Amino acid sequence: MFQVRIHGRGGQGVVTAAEILSVAAFAEGRHAQAFPSFGSERTGAPVVSFCRIDDKEIRTREPVMEPDAVIVQDVTLLHHVDLFSGLSRDGYVLINTSRSFGELDLGDIFAEFRPERLLTCPATEIAIEHVGRPLPNAVLLGGFAALTKQVTMQAIDQAVKERFEGVVGERNVAAANAAFKFVIDREEELARAASN
Amino acid sequence: MLRQIEGSRAVAETVALCRPEVVCAYPISPQTHIIEAVGVMVKAGELAPCEFINVESEFAAMSVAIGASAAGARAYTATASQGLLYMMEAVYNAAGLGLPIVMTLANRAIGAPINIWNDHSDAMAVRDAGWIQLFAETNQEAADLHVQAFRLAEELSVPVMVCMDGFILTHAVEGVDILDQSVVDAFLPPYEPRQVLDVSDPVSIGAMVGPEAFEEVRYLAHLRQLDALVRIPVIAAEFAQATGRESGGLVRSYRTEDADVIIVALGSVLGTIKDAVDIRREAGERVGVVGITTFRPFPSEAVRTALAGANRIVVIEKAFSVGVGGVLSTDVAISMHGEQFELRSVVAGLGGRNITRRSLEELIARAVSGDLEALTFLDLDHGAVNRERERMASARRSGPSAENLLRDRDRGPVAATWVKEES
Repeated sequence: MFQVRIHGRGGQGVVTAAEILSVAAFAEGRHAQAFPSFGSERTGAPVVSFCRIDDKEIRTREPVMEPDAVIVQDVTLLHHVDLFSGLSRDGYVLINTSRSFGELDLGDIFAEFRPERLLTCPATEIAIEHVGRPLPNAVLLGGFAALTKQVTMQAIDQAVKERFEGVVGERNVAAANAAFKFVIDREEELARAASN
Repeated sequence: MLRQIEGSRAVAETVALCRPEVVCAYPISPQTHIIEAVGVMVKAGELAPCEFINVESEFAAMSVAIGASAAGARAYTATASQGLLYMMEAVYNAAGLGLPIVMTLANRAIGAPINIWNDHSDAMAVRDAGWIQLFAETNQEAADLHVQAFRLAEELSVPVMVCMDGFILTHAVEGVDILDQSVVDAFLPPYEPRQVLDVSDPVSIGAMVGPEAFEEVRYLAHLRQLDALVRIPVIAAEFAQATGRESGGLVRSYRTEDADVIIVALGSVLGTIKDAVDIRREAGERVGVVGITTFRPFPSEAVRTALAGANRIVVIEKAFSVGVGGVLSTDVAISMHGEQFELRSVVAGLGGRNITRRSLEELIARAVSGDLEALTFLDLDHGAVNRERERMASARRSGPSAENLLRDRDRGPVAATWVKEES
């Protein structure tokens, strides 16, 4: 089972992101479960959503306590929310920011993690460019597909289009693909730097 | 067709397939998505003929359902928590009058303190109202139970409540196979009322009944519930034949064949319990699970059979009778009368507290080794409780306990679990 936790703020589509991811995994023949951390929704308040992906039926109903991947939609949550609680040493992190992971001043909490699995992506900037609105949720799913290979980009495209009709869907797909390419490029850069 | 959809959406679409003629509801979390989706389908003409009636309260919602049902219409509504309490008088009336209304209860805690999260306090508050109460383990089952509920309600002229865990199921997106209209139509014949308000053949429904016949009317209702215990497995079997799916029924057993310890529970927590049981099985512990799908009427014989052979029975429930203990536990104990067994009640998941696999594993280990007390509150913060007791003992005006505990807490509501404490 692959477990994802998505952190963001009310209004950024945190819940929708988990839902779209689950639809993408489902379309590829896998079992998937998405659900929000339930609360009184308020714009701007910290929000968490979860997605599980597995090859067999998912029975558990507990929140994701030990994620394999954490997506952070809002970088201002760093240092305010325990974003990486329970994350495994082999885990993936994708943070929405134009800064690099190293520039985030996260101290040594990731010292034992695999650096190639810790990436940032300027999802808000990409969203503004392609969608015209600072909504990073679908964009980051493109980055997630590139980083974790848990779902294909085609499945994300399809799931985004299912959720957002017409032009909005097309633009979000373009933005998600831009994020996918950004992460692939970044991974290649890191690999080159590591081999030099 | 198998689709990846929200539980509320799956229920709304399945209710629509049941062709309700009147839907009336008042929005309340976590029921809202169901009723919104049904409303959209009526407005778009996808669910027709059907009248969606906006009402000003839950009391009105159930009252409209009663009127519609008495006039011969298939009637549906949904609510939760305080909404159910607000419609309480009409809830009893629907059952007393023998009107086959189907209602979804998106289970949620009851205040005060106000809390929108899941537990089973609302369902337990109406367990004696005369409704059949079915509990869904998954969203697939929640959807399927509605089809069976209309069939059962109308066969027996008894209202049926389908209980599904609020948020945990209603807001979860997972794979649900939505039935074809033809399958539902074949399974659920048009509503043929036993009593109907008809101007061409006038009757009155709802007469005042004095001591001369009240007990008999009530006893007839009891017999209809006992009939339900016979019909529910038959209807579930027919449903399985029509759809290939095991949904509904009275009780369901999991790995109980050689079990010394059997856990009993209602609703969606059964999934997490099964995962915990699998892990404890690997550790060599002989433990199994019995899920109660039909809570009212209580299937005593089926429960007795399912629990036969267990030395220790652990009932995990998301509600309790304050000053007494488990509610489901009491029903289980009565069913097992005369048997040699040890009963342990565990109250868990109140007001949306997470029931984690890890806590359940520890609980099972304690049950196996005999270290479980008669009544346990899972993951209770005893320190916080004791500190409040001390405050109450040391000052007369210690203030409201709920607020004191929030200030004292080292764990907040689910959404705040990941929010670091502000200094």
